[in-house]
Amino acid sequence: MNWLIAVIQTMLFVALAPLLSAWLKWCKCLLQNRKAPSLLQPYRDLIKLIRKQPAVAEQASWIFTRSPYIIFSAMVLAASVVPLITVDLPTTASADVIVLVGFFAFARFFLALAGLDVGTAFGGMGSSREMTISSLAEPAMLMAVFTLTMTASTTNLALAMEHVLNEGMVLRPSFVFALFALILVAIAETGRIPVDNPATHLELTMIHEAMILEYSGRHLALIEWASQLKLMLYGVLIANIFLPWGIAQALGAKALVYGLLAIALKLAVLCALLAIAETLVAKMRLFRVQEYLSFAYLLGLLGMLSHIILEASR
Amino acid sequence: MNDMNWTLSFERLLAAADVTVETLPPPSNNILLWQFSASDWQKLAEQARSYGLRWSAGWAIQEDNVFWVHALFEKQGIYLLTRSIIDYAKPELPSQSTVYPAANRSERHTQDMFGIKFTDHPDNRPWTRHKAWDRHDYPLRKDFAVQGRPEVITPPDTEYAFVKSYGAGTYEIPVGPVHAGIIEPGHFRFQAVGELILNLEERLGYVHKGVEKIAEGRNPEALARLAGRVSGDTTVGHCWAACMAMERAAKVDIPPRAALIRGILAERERIANHLGDIGAICNDVAFVFGQMQFTRLRENWLRTQAGIFGHRLLMDCVIPGGVKSDISAADCDAVKHDISRLRKELSDIITALDLNSSLEDRLYTAGYLSEDMAAAYGTVGYVGRASGQDFDVRRDAAYAPYDRVTVKVAMETQGDIASRLWIRYKEIMVSMKLIERFLGLLEPGDIVANWQVPEAGSLGLGIIDGWRGEIVSFVRFGADNLIDRFYPRDPSQLNWPALEKLVLNNIVPDFPVCNKSLNGSYSGNDL
Repeated sequence: MNWLIAVIQTMLFVALAPLLSAWLKWCKCLLQNRKAPSLLQPYRDLIKLIRKQPAVAEQASWIFTRSPYIIFSAMVLAASVVPLITVDLPTTASADVIVLVGFFAFARFFLALAGLDVGTAFGGMGSSREMTISSLAEPAMLMAVFTLTMTASTTNLALAMEHVLNEGMVLRPSFVFALFALILVAIAETGRIPVDNPATHLELTMIHEAMILEYSGRHLALIEWASQLKLMLYGVLIANIFLPWGIAQALGAKALVYGLLAIALKLAVLCALLAIAETLVAKMRLFRVQEYLSFAYLLGLLGMLSHIILEASR
Repeated sequence: MNDMNWTLSFERLLAAADVTVETLPPPSNNILLWQFSASDWQKLAEQARSYGLRWSAGWAIQEDNVFWVHALFEKQGIYLLTRSIIDYAKPELPSQSTVYPAANRSERHTQDMFGIKFTDHPDNRPWTRHKAWDRHDYPLRKDFAVQGRPEVITPPDTEYAFVKSYGAGTYEIPVGPVHAGIIEPGHFRFQAVGELILNLEERLGYVHKGVEKIAEGRNPEALARLAGRVSGDTTVGHCWAACMAMERAAKVDIPPRAALIRGILAERERIANHLGDIGAICNDVAFVFGQMQFTRLRENWLRTQAGIFGHRLLMDCVIPGGVKSDISAADCDAVKHDISRLRKELSDIITALDLNSSLEDRLYTAGYLSEDMAAAYGTVGYVGRASGQDFDVRRDAAYAPYDRVTVKVAMETQGDIASRLWIRYKEIMVSMKLIERFLGLLEPGDIVANWQVPEAGSLGLGIIDGWRGEIVSFVRFGADNLIDRFYPRDPSQLNWPALEKLVLNNIVPDFPVCNKSLNGSYSGNDL
């Protein structure tokens, strides 16, 4: 039963990720006085791309053609270990939060290689920028994660969430710091404004898009889908770690439905906030990103310090 | 007018430098025509440079077995057209671009099109030359057929020697001519180390349409239509400049009402383009809110134009001798209403832009063009004026209808992207006032003058301030009212080289917004 729920939950993750992107776009359009596309548009785009034959450069090696599958699989695996609607998951026992970060790094490694593979200037440029940013983002992310795991005394996500739930509404300064650190990292890692602009057509300014410029057809569909999954994963992490209320702790039908509604609501609000933020600011200069991520790291560090000083001694 | 003073003392300066000047009858007011021997061509440039003349345009014409090479200079609103005659059998002339970097591409264009060799030119690579032409074919010579000699497949241009960089960690980024966005084609070659731009080289010419060649043998109406298509976003500007050149050659005076309507058209074009540009600058730094708002403002503006003048971009509204259609009292009210609406909306949106610190961080200090560099390359329009080049044809060499009003020229001195954004905003405000003044001056009357067939060989030079800056249009009539030579100089030709300089020490991802802040026309440059 538990395993069935785990599979269903992962499928929900994969199925709903495009919807979340559509909702984000919908909010942005609304804020920019534009007519929004249908919430089903990302699905239509994916279907269209999957039907198309991919065009592959002559120089492309197996890395280029296999990477989309590797990246997509890594994201699906990552989705399988993150509690979405219930914490009672057998998969979380086998993979903790460090493995989750590992899945992200694994996917990124292949994406960067794929960007370099064909040998165009843009791919290499994108890969180089992506690695610069991720090398700064990962420590910040781990710092935020460690704050959480020190509080719950576990690196298991499900157990950590249960710990937060059982403690009840306690305002922990360390969590506030860690939350903001994780939000900053999430924005950088999912390539949102002000770090990257997912909607740009300007090759020279791209980061994520530059790496995937050469992709088409089903390859592109998988990579797009994987980035939508990544956005949702970060959203769920933020929502369920810091505000886990509503998530199902037992496997009843009612609890699961509540869990689903709760996460849908949390994600909708988070994305609306993201849309507002993206509308209010312009993109940073590329070399500001390091200041931005250092700030995220600093927040993570402050979170851990405040945990040690204020919370651990009790 | 403090006018003729400097030309007299410049003439004395030339005489002292042993340069012989042959003064010819001026083609029109404010423009002098001087002739030099080929051997003095470079010395002339040196003296002009030391005297502070701005190099404005250069072109050649062929007449039987000789070429006339022209160079246009300007100082304090007085234009000095210089020319030199060279033999068809030995087409060689000393280069002026050793002294004036602005003349560089223009001379290469003349070299590619006429086969006139500019000796000791600092850069002897082709510029607009196309691989479809044989080595000894020069398209603008009279013996070259208008339809050309098209090959089945034009061979690829693989020989162009781009600047190379060497050393550990330097790399090259070729961008374009086909871009991910919908913009005109142009190739940019970056040498970078990390993200820092070491060198940028532009390779333009992908939109060469043969404008100069197909202009030959047209009648004035057809030439005006062609001029309106030199660069689609400057259709009023180029059309007006060409018509002014033809009118001066034919000695036709346009009615005051037509001049005022032309002024309204040109200022509306300026506002439409500046609105679009401010939005596009916002878009290039991912500030989509700004882009959407300005796109909306521009769209409303264009719809009014479609309603009143019959064309969203005002194409073919200017015709030789006047304007195509009159505007009614109701149209005047619509224009006034449009302006008051734009003023109101603009004040809100521009405040939002001004208060946005993330936008400020991107636009200030980026893409800096120093005053010296702007002067050295003779940049015009908002690019020059944002770097302290205080020149505007509308004020300094005023033509109808600007001679009837006071033109306040917007200035900025910072020379960065922000300056080029704010100067556009200021110019919009000035243009709105100008349109209101023109509407107030409108009196009933003709909108088109009777055309007089000019003598064969008549020259005309039309110089106006388009939305990008000074446009120069040269026309020479042949027999029977037909055009013998047409050369339009888009302001972009002077501004494009400045882009190569202003991106230095910027980082690669800031190039698009630097480029957009300059917004040169590819089509106007490539002809």
